[in-house]
Amino acid sequence: MTEESITLNLGPHHPSTHGVLRVQLELDGEIVVDAQPDVGFLHRGLEKLSEHRTYQQILVLTDRLDYLAAMSNNFGYVLAVEKLLEIEVPKRAQYIRVALVELQRIASHLFWLGTHAHDLGAMTPLFYMLREREDIMDIFDGISGARLTPSFMRFGGLAADADPDFVKKTKKLLDGFSGKVDDYERLLTENPMWKSRTQGVGMMSTEEALNTGISGPMIRATGLEWDLRKSNPYSSYEDFDFEIPTGIRGDVYDCYRVRVKEMRESARIVSQAIDGLPENDGSPIKAKVVKFPEGEVYHSIESPRGELGFYIVSAGGKSPFRLRVRPPSFVNLQGLNKMVKGRLLSDAVAIIGMIDIVLAEVDR
Amino acid sequence: MIVEILLQIIKIIAIFAVVMGCVAYLTLMERKCLGFFQIRLGPNRVGPWGLLQPVADGIKLFFKEDMTVLHANKFYFILAPVISLVAVLFCFAVVPFAGNVYIIDIPVAVLYLMAISSMGVYGVLLAGWSSNNKYSAMGGYRATAQMISYEIPLALAIVGVLILSRSMSIVDIVNAQKGMWNIVKQPLGFIIYLVCTFAETNRCPFDLYECENELVAGYQTEYSSMKFALFYMGEYAHIFLASCLITLFYLGGWNGPVLPALLWFFMKVFFCAFCFIWVRATYPRFRYDQLMNLSWKVMLPLAFLNLIVTAIIVVMF
Repeated sequence: MTEESITLNLGPHHPSTHGVLRVQLELDGEIVVDAQPDVGFLHRGLEKLSEHRTYQQILVLTDRLDYLAAMSNNFGYVLAVEKLLEIEVPKRAQYIRVALVELQRIASHLFWLGTHAHDLGAMTPLFYMLREREDIMDIFDGISGARLTPSFMRFGGLAADADPDFVKKTKKLLDGFSGKVDDYERLLTENPMWKSRTQGVGMMSTEEALNTGISGPMIRATGLEWDLRKSNPYSSYEDFDFEIPTGIRGDVYDCYRVRVKEMRESARIVSQAIDGLPENDGSPIKAKVVKFPEGEVYHSIESPRGELGFYIVSAGGKSPFRLRVRPPSFVNLQGLNKMVKGRLLSDAVAIIGMIDIVLAEVDR
Repeated sequence: MIVEILLQIIKIIAIFAVVMGCVAYLTLMERKCLGFFQIRLGPNRVGPWGLLQPVADGIKLFFKEDMTVLHANKFYFILAPVISLVAVLFCFAVVPFAGNVYIIDIPVAVLYLMAISSMGVYGVLLAGWSSNNKYSAMGGYRATAQMISYEIPLALAIVGVLILSRSMSIVDIVNAQKGMWNIVKQPLGFIIYLVCTFAETNRCPFDLYECENELVAGYQTEYSSMKFALFYMGEYAHIFLASCLITLFYLGGWNGPVLPALLWFFMKVFFCAFCFIWVRATYPRFRYDQLMNLSWKVMLPLAFLNLIVTAIIVVMF
């Protein structure tokens, strides 16, 4: 292997591609000359399937988009359909929804942090994070009956009202949560090895990131304060007091800091939502749905990974004429090539981890 | 004469058995400790507290199909795991466990150790090359660069110890530490030796040549069955050897009050082994270029400094 570079297939079966991502790396020694992500190994045709399912049935499919944040996917889809139906959701349902998706954001970020740290060789944090994530999964299990794929949202509200047990469990989780995040930070934030592995890796300017269409924690890490929960509040987000954490350089370290702070902010939102939960006045938790009208709607939410949008074209029937998902993972993945070029192989792994891709969402 | 030879053979077999037993239980210890660090239980199904787990693992690996990938260079593919285990086991010939428990005490024991343990790199390199797999090859190349880079500061750190004890026999080195352990006299040398040992034994945070998150399993990607087990045994034997050497060079060997020498020795050795596991549970991994920088720009100058200061002090006083 004298002057030639070698082509290395990173994936689709590889420990650190988080699913079935295949990246064709062109390597010169340890340096990455070129990286071409190849997606589609997990394509299940969810968008096409949607055209042959009723609106209610599609809800179950959205669980399978981003399985680490199924609640958020339910939420995005349900909000889009509600926009089409033009119905008002009861305040109590809105608050419970916010609490649920913010819990889901914490769970998703926990899982991200654990696996990301593991990619960089720190194997222990993963187990601590799974412990906390398990508590959240338990809460989901209690309220919806499913841990990973809740399918809990309904058009106009929720499948069921929150019981006192849900409030109790959530409060218990939030009580110790800040201390636990401190623990994670003690393991990583000031660790010189962690810093040397992450600082200056995968840097991106705000402009580049915007041009690529990147959203979510990754663009906030570049310094842009852009969050749909603040800029286009939905589901009563304007009632809650929270900050948008931002980074400066947009490298892996900033992205890590942003996500950790987001976990803390999410915990704040959940506790506000739980404390300010409007009393159950006996009215149903779900608004009535009569008929799906003709029309086109797009609605996007801030999922743990970025802007998750649903575009629905309705011809008036029981199922949509066309449903299109804007998956944040897929768009964020487009920055990979730019960030990886010229870096070392180990950095490529760190950067793939930073993007926080869920291949089920990328491939749909 | 014959009796002497027989005694020597029995001694070899006994020490070999002890070493292999320790190596087997080191794997269990690692899994148990990691379980403890990571809020899980570790193996606990086979025997009481999982004590028979190493036996079960051994039997399982024996009965696995012994595969050799078609595109591999067969000769070297089979030779590589043998080299990496044998290179480590050879070293135990000169490692004393107590004042009179050793196979042989030669006057150039340290030189012999350095020479034989350097052979281990051939095992990894040949494994990576003969597998004819890009991940394996990269693991092999990384291993070569890493082992060579860290061997130099490692050797220089030992030279400090040799100057202090004015001998290359390990028994003499330990006896010279009766009053004060070398860790007190050579704190910098100890740190350099420790760091380099981690790199030499391919342990986290320097486990670059088999790091699963980048190279799948590095040089051992294509290995299975007993060939894999040989690598595995070699790795843990290396950790055991490294723990023994740290104990002998810096922690006063079998010296210690009240308790019998052998017990002191094994307590210290297993404490060192525990530190290997502790570090693995705590730190993330270095990057390749950072690893090289650390060796050539930090460890090597420091090792020279340590050597010069030690030499000056010994000559002056």
